[in-house]
Amino acid sequence: MTLDVARIRKDFPILDRQVRDGQPLVYLDSANTSQKPRQVIERLDEFYERHNANIHRASHQLGEEATAAYEGARIKAAGFIGARDETEVVFTKNVSEGINLVAYALGNATAGQSGGSGRFRLSPGDEIVITEMEHHSNIVPWQLLCERTGATLRWFGVTDDGQLDLSQTSQLINERTRLVALAHQSNVLGTINPVREVADAAHAAGAVVLVDAAQSVPHMPVDVQELGADFLGFTSHKMCGPTGIGVLWGRRELLEEMPPFLGGGEMIESVWMDHSTFAPPPHKFEAGTMPIAEAAGLDAAIDYLTDVGLDAIRAHEQDLIGYALDALGTVPGLRVLGPSDPAARGAAIAFTLEDVHPHDVSQVLDEHGVAVRAGHHCAWPLHRRYGIQASTRASFYLYNTTAEVDALVQGIGQAQRFFGGV
Amino acid sequence: MRLESLYQEVILDHYRHPHHKGLREPYDAEVHHVNPLCGDEVTLRVTLKDATGEPVVADVSYDALGCSISQASASVMSELIIGKTVPEAMSLAEEFLRLMQSKGQTEPDEEVLGDGVAFAGVAKYPARIKCALLGWMAWKDATAQALEEQDD
Repeated sequence: MTLDVARIRKDFPILDRQVRDGQPLVYLDSANTSQKPRQVIERLDEFYERHNANIHRASHQLGEEATAAYEGARIKAAGFIGARDETEVVFTKNVSEGINLVAYALGNATAGQSGGSGRFRLSPGDEIVITEMEHHSNIVPWQLLCERTGATLRWFGVTDDGQLDLSQTSQLINERTRLVALAHQSNVLGTINPVREVADAAHAAGAVVLVDAAQSVPHMPVDVQELGADFLGFTSHKMCGPTGIGVLWGRRELLEEMPPFLGGGEMIESVWMDHSTFAPPPHKFEAGTMPIAEAAGLDAAIDYLTDVGLDAIRAHEQDLIGYALDALGTVPGLRVLGPSDPAARGAAIAFTLEDVHPHDVSQVLDEHGVAVRAGHHCAWPLHRRYGIQASTRASFYLYNTTAEVDALVQGIGQAQRFFGGV
Repeated sequence: MRLESLYQEVILDHYRHPHHKGLREPYDAEVHHVNPLCGDEVTLRVTLKDATGEPVVADVSYDALGCSISQASASVMSELIIGKTVPEAMSLAEEFLRLMQSKGQTEPDEEVLGDGVAFAGVAKYPARIKCALLGWMAWKDATAQALEEQDD
C-alpha cells in the first residue's frame, strides 16, 4: 500500500510555510518533533472551546465531558500499543518523565517508602543494564538511581555498523541484573533493536525490561506484548500530537507494586496529617492537574495515524530511507552512521561530512529551507563511541517526499561548496 | 545573501587558518569548556605577566573542536587580547558579549573589536551565539583562575 503523500501534506498547514526569505519549508526534523495535522489542532481547539474543565473532580457537565475526553485518550492509547487494558497506561509529560518515574519509584522503594511492595528494592551489587546508543534520558536517570542506591550501571556496546553488540548478552545480563532499559529505535543510528531477544534474556534472569519507544511508536506498529516489555514509554509530540503529554505503559502488577513518584492531588486514596494511602494505578502516578487538552490531542493523533495506517507509514518511510541512503551514498566525504540496510533502520539518518562541521552543514541547509538537527542529539556517549563530536541528522515522517530528500542532498552539496577548501 | 553575512570571509579565514591554536607551555591556568547544546569543546590556557603593576595577557593558546563560528571566534579572540592588560581584555570580552546579545541591532566598532566585528551577523542566529562565545567564556574562566592563583 502506498501513501497518498500529496493528500497527507494538505492535512499539515505548516508544510505550506516559507522560511528564510521565501524558501519552501523542507521539514526533516520529525525525530525531534513532528508536525501536527489539522485534525489534531482542531481537536485541541474544540476541547478548549466546548469541553474545558478539570477532570475527575468537577461536579458538572463540562467536568464529565473533560473527564471522558481524558480517559477516552487513555483507552485509545492502551489499544494503540496492545496494553491489556487502560489501567496500564500512565500519562506523563514525555518519555523522560516516564523513565524518571520508574527510576524514582525504584529509588523510593529502596528508601522504604510506602505505597508499594519491597520487590523494587535495590542494593549494592544489583545491576542495571542500558546500552551505549541510548538517548541521555535513558542514561542519566539510571546513573542517578545507581548513585542513590549503590547499584551498578552496565551497558551494551554497539558494533561498528551501529547494532547492539549482543555477544555481550550473557555477561551483561545475569542474576544480579534487576532492570534492562533500551531504546526500541536509536534516535541517531536509526537502528531498530531486537528488543524481544534482549527482553527474553532479561526475563530469564528475573529482570524487568523498560523500552524507550519514543522513536518507534510514531512510525511503525508496536505491540508491548510482542516486544516482551514490562515498561514502555512514548511521547505525543513525535507522533503528530501536541507537546506536554506522553505515555508510560507498565504491566499492571508492576505498577501496583511500585511506590509513587510525584505526590499531590488526584494520586491519593486517603490523606491524614501524618500519612497517606494511594489510588490504584494509573492514577497513583498522576499527581496534580494533568495535560487534559493534550490528552484529547493525542487521542486525535492516534486516530489520524491509525486511519493512515502504521504499516503504510512504515512502508513509506522504508522507501524514503532506501532512497536517501542511495542518494547520500553519492556524496563524496559523507559517512552515514548506523546500519546500511534500510530494513534494519527507522526513519532517522545521521551523517558526518568530511571537513564541514554539522553545525555549519545545518546552517547552510536552513538557509535553503531544509530543517535538520545538528549536534550530539542527546546521545553524547554514542558519538564518542564513533570518534565524532557531532553529526547532522535528517529524519522523515509520513509527510516527507523523495523530492525533499533531493533538496537535502542538494543542500549538502551547497555546504560543501561554501566551505570548500577548508 | 544571508549566508555570507553570517559567514563573513574574515570568519572563514580564521576558521581555515586559526591563530594561536595548539596548546603551549608554560601557562598559569587551563580550562576545558563545552557547549552542551552541540558538543563543541575548547581547552584553553592563559599566561599572565605582571610587569607594570597591572596583569597583562602574555599568552593564550587553545585546542578546540567545533564549528566554524566557535573555531574562528577563539582565533579572533586570541589575536585581540594577547598583549592587552587583563582589564582591557575583560572590557573587550564585555563588548563582544554585548554584540552577541544585540540581536543584530548594534553597529560594532571595528576600532575596538577588530576582526571581532565580523561576528555581528551571528547575533541574528540565536542558536549560534553560544558557539561564538565559547572561547571567550573559557578565557574569562581561565583568567579568573590564574588571578586567583597569583593571589594565593
